[in-house]
Amino acid sequence: MADLKRRTLDWLNERLGGEGIEEFLRHKRVPLHRHTIWYYFGGIALFLFVIQVLTGILLLMYYRPTASGAFESVQFIMTQVKFGWLIRSIHSWSANLMIFIIFVHMFSVFFMKAYRKPRELTWVSGMLLFFLVLAFGFSGYLLPWNTLAFFATKVGTDMAGFVPIFGKWIMVFLRGGNQVTGATLTRFFGFHVAVLPGIATMLIAFHLLLVQKLGMSVPPGVERKIKAGVEPERSMPFFPNFLLRDILGWYGALGALGALAAIFPWELGTKANPFGSAPAGIHPEWYFLFMFQTLKYLPSKVFFIDGELLGLMLFGVAGAIWVVVPFLDYKAGGFGRVTRFFTGLGIFALGYIIVFSCLALL
Amino acid sequence: MTVDSSSGKSATGAGETNVDSGRRWVNLLLGTGVVATIASFIYPAIRYVIPPPVSEASNLSVVAAKVGELKNNAAKVFRFGSEPAILIHTSNGNYRAFTAVCTHLGCTVQYRADLHEIWCPCHNGKYDLHGRNVSGPPPRPLVQYQVHIQGEDIVVVRNA
Repeated sequence: MADLKRRTLDWLNERLGGEGIEEFLRHKRVPLHRHTIWYYFGGIALFLFVIQVLTGILLLMYYRPTASGAFESVQFIMTQVKFGWLIRSIHSWSANLMIFIIFVHMFSVFFMKAYRKPRELTWVSGMLLFFLVLAFGFSGYLLPWNTLAFFATKVGTDMAGFVPIFGKWIMVFLRGGNQVTGATLTRFFGFHVAVLPGIATMLIAFHLLLVQKLGMSVPPGVERKIKAGVEPERSMPFFPNFLLRDILGWYGALGALGALAAIFPWELGTKANPFGSAPAGIHPEWYFLFMFQTLKYLPSKVFFIDGELLGLMLFGVAGAIWVVVPFLDYKAGGFGRVTRFFTGLGIFALGYIIVFSCLALL
Repeated sequence: MTVDSSSGKSATGAGETNVDSGRRWVNLLLGTGVVATIASFIYPAIRYVIPPPVSEASNLSVVAAKVGELKNNAAKVFRFGSEPAILIHTSNGNYRAFTAVCTHLGCTVQYRADLHEIWCPCHNGKYDLHGRNVSGPPPRPLVQYQVHIQGEDIVVVRNA
């Protein structure tokens, strides 16, 4: 038996050149220090993305992307299809958990200054993935065609209309018309199951390639201690040591998902009525709450600028700065004022998101 | 390759200049061709994703409710062309109709009998009973429509 296994591996090695992979697995090492725990979050996000793809394919078997059939088809999945409630609940919970984990991953990378040279592109590709995941969330949210989703989409696409020059064009492109209708649903379905997954797959491949090529970043504080000889440079092999710990994290995430889906199955709400009033207490998904709350506070006019345009501009500029942080924080790793400023900026951003999200929930 | 024309010593040098300019032409033609090809693919695709306009009559007249259907200090959201509109029966017995699309970010407004105001729950915008934006983020008043009572029908009319 062992001989057969060895001969099969040899046969494959001869044709595929598996030595490279073996070599790679043997040599890749993960730095060990008191911040190593943060290295696990990217892996968990990737695992949850795989769960999204798998449960998403299962949901496709019964889902119908039309205004007259979408709500009923999700209702059918939730009530008639065996384990349909479980599959849909896992898809929804996993989506939210993935976004949460990506927030953690992003901020941990930010505060550990892992974006500094030579990992600028890893950060930029990660940020693009972050925006893509928000787009996944926004487009997927509409698909059950319920009241909350309908009005969230109305507001979200209306905001796109405030983009200077191209706004109206973008809004019509997103909605498939001037109003949010069945045409919007069909479009969002296309984005959610074809366009976004295609782009995401390419970006994830690029992001992972960079992570593999450049290895894990050691935080500047730890790096300095190692250089000064205060702390020994320690690491563990990626395979199998780190990977097994990774899998343990995935297993934990899977357990949390199963429990959440079983104890709190995802609500479906009421079917959207395009000619009914928006219900009281309406709000978007938690990851958009801080923007939602900001829009509530902005008056209709600030000097000569429309409130909503100002809000859009503020978040647009903040997002753009966040993407190019590696190029602005060019002295990351040192003690300078510039790098301290960016750490402060990160603390402010995190604080702003937490405080405004809590205010929206009150 | 650069050729020193002032020295005038090599015929091959002049030949290479011709070759270079010829190559530039070929590159230009090829490049133009490729750009034109790409444009001829992208343009139809862009036009395709912008949906054809749906024409809607600028004059519109809809039976919003029956007389007696709405109590005083109550309202009803109804379909008005491709958008929702709101018909309000005020406390003193008047009927008023407005677009129900909030001027802030397009949510559908509702009537708050307790406040005697039109309220948008999305971002807490408020309008008075003349459709004027009185608090919260809405930048403009709601467009008002005419209300006619024809027999038993309450008809809401928009004129261009």
